Order: sequence, then C-alpha cells, then structure tokens
Amino acid sequence: MIVSLVISVAVISLISVFLALLMVVADATIGNYGIVKVDINDGTRELEVKGGMPLLSTLTSQGVFIPSACGGRGSCGLCKVQVLSGVGDYLPTELPFISKEEQAQNIRLSCQIKVKQNIAIKIPEELFNVRQYKTTVERIRDLTHDIKEVTLRLAPGETITPKAGQYIQFVVPEYGDLDESVYRAYSVASPPDDSTRVELEIRLVPKGIATTYVHTILKEGDEVTINGPYGDFYVRDTDRPMICIAGGSGMAPIKSILLDLKNKGSKRKVTYFFGARSRRDLFLLDEMFALEKELENFTFVPALSEPKEEDKWEGEVGLITDVVRRLSGDAANSEAYLCGSPGMIDACIAVLTELHMPEEHIYYDKF
Amino acid sequence: MPSHVSAFAVFFASIFTSNILLTNYLGMCSFLAVSKEMKTSVGLGAAVTFVLAVTTPLNWLVYHYLLIPFNLEYLRFIVFIIVIAAFVQLTEMTLERYSEPLYQSLGIFLPLITVNCAILGASLFMVIREYTFVTSLLFGIGSGIGWLLAIVAMSGIRTKLRTANIPPALEGPGISLIIAGFMAMAFMGFSGMIAVS
Repeated sequence: MIVSLVISVAVISLISVFLALLMVVADATIGNYGIVKVDINDGTRELEVKGGMPLLSTLTSQGVFIPSACGGRGSCGLCKVQVLSGVGDYLPTELPFISKEEQAQNIRLSCQIKVKQNIAIKIPEELFNVRQYKTTVERIRDLTHDIKEVTLRLAPGETITPKAGQYIQFVVPEYGDLDESVYRAYSVASPPDDSTRVELEIRLVPKGIATTYVHTILKEGDEVTINGPYGDFYVRDTDRPMICIAGGSGMAPIKSILLDLKNKGSKRKVTYFFGARSRRDLFLLDEMFALEKELENFTFVPALSEPKEEDKWEGEVGLITDVVRRLSGDAANSEAYLCGSPGMIDACIAVLTELHMPEEHIYYDKF
Repeated sequence: MPSHVSAFAVFFASIFTSNILLTNYLGMCSFLAVSKEMKTSVGLGAAVTFVLAVTTPLNWLVYHYLLIPFNLEYLRFIVFIIVIAAFVQLTEMTLERYSEPLYQSLGIFLPLITVNCAILGASLFMVIREYTFVTSLLFGIGSGIGWLLAIVAMSGIRTKLRTANIPPALEGPGISLIIAGFMAMAFMGFSGMIAVS
C-alpha cells in the first residue's frame, strides 16, 4: 500500500519534473529572442529590451505607458499603436478592434503582438510624458451626496504636467472580491500649474469597482498609484468663444480648463453650462461665481432639470441642452468642450450642430 | 484483450460514423465559439487535427510504457492532461519561432485547444477501446479530420445564417445550438455501421 503510494507520487513527480525541465530548456532556447531594439518615433527614443514579450508589457516595463483598460487581455481594444516595421500580419485576436482605415496605417493592438525582432513604432508625443506616480491622499471631501473630491499629493520632488482637461488612470488595488488590481480613468480637476497635486472628482456609481473603493475604503493618508496624463481633451489654442457643457463629476476637466485660463490671464469668451437635477446635485457654486469675477468674459450658467420646491431655485430651469439652445444663439464661430455620459454628449452635439457649430470644433470626453 | 478492429475501419469510423464531435459531443465549446468564420474554423480544425494526431499515440506510449508497468492506470487523466498541455505549449513556441505563416494560421489557436475535451477524450477512448499503437495513431488523425469536417460544415451553415431571417430570440448561440443538434441527429443515422471497439 505505502509502496504503491510512494511509486505513484514518484512517477507523477518524475513526469512533471521532466516536462517542466523541457519547458525551461525550450524557454531558454526556442523562446529566447535575445535583446531586440524598439525604435519609437523615428529614433526619438530607442529601447533595448528582452524579446519575446507582448509589445504592451515590453513598453510598460520601460516606463512607456500606453493607455489600456483590460490589462493586456485583448478585450478593451484601447492599447492601439502604429507599428512601422517588425511584426507580421494581423492576428485574428486583433481584427475585431481594428477598422479598415486603421489597418491601412498598420495600427496594431500592442497587447497582442510580440516583440521578436527589431521593431519601429510611432506613438503620440505626449505619451512620453506619461509616468507612474506614487501619491498620498491629502484630502477627501464631499462635494454632494454622491460625489467626492479626492486630492492626491505626489511624492516630494515629483511633478506631473497634464494639459488642462486631460485625465489620469487610478490604480485600484485588490480589495474585497476584487482579486486583481484594475485601472480607471478620471479627469484631473486641478489646474496644470499645480504640478505637485492631482485633484479628482469621483461620483459613486452603484456597484462600480473603483468608485466604491474610493467612496467606502479610501481614506486620507492612504497611498494611491496613478499614471498619466492621457487624452486629447484639452483647450485648443484659438480665439473662438468657448461653450463648456458638463454636469456632475464632468465638471472636473472643465474646472481645470477654467482655472488654467484664469492663470494665463485669458480674455476668451467662455460660458460654462453646469447641468444638474436638483439643488443637492450642485457643487462648487461659490468657487464658480467667484471665478466669474476673476476671469474676464466668463459666464457661469448652472441649470436644474427637476428643481424641488424646497430648493427655492431662481436660476435656469430645464434640460441642459434646452438651456444651451435658449441662451447660446448662433454658434458657428464658437468651440465646444463637453464632458459627460455618452447620451448627454450626443444630445449636446445635436443641439450645437443645430446652432451651426461645425462638428470639428466640438471636443468631448465621454465617460 | 486488445481490440481486433481494423485500424483503417477505426480511421474511417472516427471521421464519419463515430465523429468525436457530433456523436460524442466533445470539443463543443470551441466548436461553437470559433465557427463564425470559415477561415478561423479551418485554422482551428487543422490545429485540432495536428494535436490529436500527435497526442493520442504519444499518450499511448506514456500509458503502455509508463503507467501500466507501475500499475498507475488510474492516474491517466492527470498524466494525459499534462502531456497534452506540455506538447501544445512546445508546439506553439516552436511555430512562433520558426514559422510565421504557420503560427498565423494555426499557432494562435493552440492555447485554445489545450483544454479542448476532444483531445483528452480521444486519449481516453484509445485506452477504453484497447487500441494498438497504429490504431491509436489512425484514430487520432481520423478524429481530428472528423472534428475539422464538423466545424467546417457548421461554419458554412452559420455563414448562410447571417442573411437568414431568424427569430430575434434565437439569434446567435440559440440557433447555433439547435443546428448543432440537427447535425448530431443526422450523424446518429450512421451509428452502428462500423464497430469501433
């Protein structure tokens, strides 16, 4: 009995050890691609890396961060990179995410393709700016019943320089039933000159992984890892009047943009339409009205769609799109900056084009 | 007692009359998941055929020269699985390294079929039916071809389905399962024509 038990354990172990050794040897010979070079943006940066790994994780290990939401499983389709040379044909796992136009430019999913030889890629210049930061929670305060403002302070000596309107990714560590850390994107609400702090406005989403974490577990003094900045939602350098529309936590990038305009002494005409349901969903009104005095040509228009009796609201009433239509007049020469849910953005785009705004002058951040 | 069925009879039976997918319902999940496109179906079918053709005789050797001498037949499930996994992994690495076109058309499906039950099923049938080495080899190849045939037929039908008028509630997996059922029923007509053990 004992003997047969020992024999079975020994034989299984032997088979496993043999196969494991085989894999180790294979990994060191067949799987060994040596050191290969990754050329980024025509020689702007050249990395020497160990070959054989997916492009996304290779770049991450070298401190070049490509935005990705699923962490390399090929399910979000965000980690697109233009590859100039050094990889083969499209893989079936990439094709669902790559359009015909993108195929013509050889845009690839960086988590699916592997770096097996010298390779040349092109990434947006601002991704070089992207870094990972260890931060400490300096302050958490309630803006409304379901929105919290979280202020993160960078480690001493570190600075982050987002353009006003860009976002960062917040790393949610494992907690509760969450067995691997995930990333979530949040717009930066603080102005760019404040390069040692990052302010976020986070609304509690029922059952949201990150928002639940922020609202129930995160406390002042905790450590938080972020990376960024990312995004092409920032103010274009023109003289056109600006129409900003955002409700709820969509205020974050708009606030950053407004404070940035103030700090630069801008004289652009800016109108900010801030939509909410009732009084209890409004926040930072004092700051915004104060900004009207500090920032020349800035008008703040808060509007409630369903004001309650006890709100005693005397401002604008109605859906934010109706308020915009009522107050804006012809917008052919204006620019718009929108931040909010896909439904709200689409509705706003419809109204703005109705007011003759060309679609290429409408910039938005859907979340 | 070793089986006396002719190796060639087993080969043909495993393709048609005892199709591993349509009469034993093995390998259903990748069959349903990958049969949307003809090209990927052929790729996966070829990968399954290749892996079956190699792992079935490989496991025959492991079973007869390692497990039987030590009276460890009861460990065959676990041993077969690790042998299959290691073999698939090695093949994938080799293809990725040495043959870009083969990797593109076949290699990327390999990780998918490490856990395909048809592969393990063939190894277990070969033990239960007491096949010889040569019969096992032909049985492996035949089962693979049979699986390829079934998934290609399915993908052909699903290509037609794209333009067909299907009740909304049945679109996608619903209608696929019903069709798989019809195909299996059709293949049941063959059952018993050739004895496989």
